[in-house]
Amino acid sequence: MRENINSGAAGQPQVEGSDKGGATDAPKWADGLRKLYDSVVEEPLPDSFMDLLSKLDEPQDGNQA
Amino acid sequence: MSKTERSPAEKADFKRELTEVVPHLRAFARGLCGRSDMADDLVQETMLKAWAAQERFEPGTSMRAWTFVILRNAYLTDMRRNRFCGEYDEGVAERILTAPAGQEEPIHLSDMHRALLTLPPERREALLLVGAGGFSYEEAANICDCAVGTIKSRVGRARSTLNAMLAEGNIPQRSNEDAVAHRAILEELDAVAAGNGERSAG
Repeated sequence: MRENINSGAAGQPQVEGSDKGGATDAPKWADGLRKLYDSVVEEPLPDSFMDLLSKLDEPQDGNQA
Repeated sequence: MSKTERSPAEKADFKRELTEVVPHLRAFARGLCGRSDMADDLVQETMLKAWAAQERFEPGTSMRAWTFVILRNAYLTDMRRNRFCGEYDEGVAERILTAPAGQEEPIHLSDMHRALLTLPPERREALLLVGAGGFSYEEAANICDCAVGTIKSRVGRARSTLNAMLAEGNIPQRSNEDAVAHRAILEELDAVAAGNGERSAG
């Protein structure tokens, strides 16, 4: 049922890290999924987030609309 | 339950941990939501809610898992209110996912993201948590408040859908039909509001 989209490809991508999802025969896109996620994690935080974080400590009415 | 007010030191710890997970919240939200501006709104909403609920956070447990639950609930509430959160954002798109050297056919991040967004939300989140966020099935089940078997089956179905899509190059168009229909309706309403619909009036 699971199709290997890399059938015939010699160099399977090395799955880095422990894959707890059990995708040992991970297709090529599985790596892409992680990269998609990591690419956002690695983005610099926009200023609005730093502003919000700095406002958290202020008393009560920190209603940052 | 009795809430115990946190000491300044505990608040500082909480804030530091919250700060650390913000990039992960953004990544999770971006995967759930097609549009990065909406995803970021969702993250900010999550941060405020997490801060307000910090007495309920158990120090020493996973801040990432705890805040993901908050983000997920906020997302589901927004979806129920029918805020528009499924549309693909081209801004995110054209960063190319370059495959490591020696591999054929890189997959484009944009294709990946678009394919992901066609999945039903509960499969999408399951796949994001396990396949991208690196959570175990058990952790993902806790976050989604469902059985481990349910998560496994959602991930499995999500994977086979993506396999089919990405293998056959059968990736959907930019906007889903609902988005197109929705926009068409809004445009029609605008036209009516602008007076172009007056024929039928009085």
